[in-house]
Amino acid sequence: MQASVVVFPGSNCDRDVKVAIEKITGAKVNMLWHADNAVPQTDLIVLPGGFAYGDYLRTGAMAAHSPIMRDVVAKAKAGTPVLGICNGFQVLCESGLLPGVLMRNASLKFVCRDVRIKVERTDTPFTKAYARGEIIRIPVAHGDGNYFADTATLDALEKEGRVVFRYVDREGEPTPASNPNGSQRNIAGICDERRRVVGLMPHPERLFEPLLGGTDGRKMFESVVASLVH
Amino acid sequence: MRARIRITLKHGVLDPQGKAIENALASLGFKGVNDVRQGKYIEVDLAEKDEGKARELVEQICKELLANTVIENYAYELVPA
Repeated sequence: MQASVVVFPGSNCDRDVKVAIEKITGAKVNMLWHADNAVPQTDLIVLPGGFAYGDYLRTGAMAAHSPIMRDVVAKAKAGTPVLGICNGFQVLCESGLLPGVLMRNASLKFVCRDVRIKVERTDTPFTKAYARGEIIRIPVAHGDGNYFADTATLDALEKEGRVVFRYVDREGEPTPASNPNGSQRNIAGICDERRRVVGLMPHPERLFEPLLGGTDGRKMFESVVASLVH
Repeated sequence: MRARIRITLKHGVLDPQGKAIENALASLGFKGVNDVRQGKYIEVDLAEKDEGKARELVEQICKELLANTVIENYAYELVPA
């Protein structure tokens, strides 16, 4: 298995993602610089967290137009699984691969803590190994994670089953108190029409082995292996 | 030719930064402030001399990069550089 992690100036979770992928899947991980023009043969592309281009203009806006993104978009459209984590999710939205936008947290504060999310869809390459409806604990660390889209887009996402992760409480209810950033309908992660491109604000790579305090993020990467086998 | 571009949040889009400014104004004792919305102002110097072509270019620039039309509107005026 071959995996690719895109590194933008200002990415800061790229090495964590690389280690997580290597340890969990045994894949060879290529680090791709933002100025590269082509993504080499790969089974998986990850856009990591961080502050690409200093979040200038809007989060993810400059990164979405960097040279490597042209081929990332082309590969995504050809069916290569793409995962955008945190800043990577913001880049996917700005690039048009995913609908909507991540705005400033409603609290205006940077939120850095564990939250609970419900895995609502297991028919993506990144959630196959979870049980449908499984509630996992996972860290968030962002100032701009407030998911916004117009009502028609939100209704379409719900109807097409493209809300993959939702912020929930202990009982699995998407309450206002369990929503760390003001996201509409407690949305923590979504996928594209073909269910191959997934973006989420929480960080699965920060909770993949007991040394890190938990393993709830591990299955996101195990899922890729499982989906390649089938 | 110079483009003076204003980017503002669409109506109905929550503007937490505008709200924070509004609250700060209230706590400073300013009365009669009903609402505050924050936006961006960007100046772009263009080599283009023809106004029609300059407008076309600025439209493209706004749509492709400067504004995210999911949440933002843009408006601009052209002035001599």
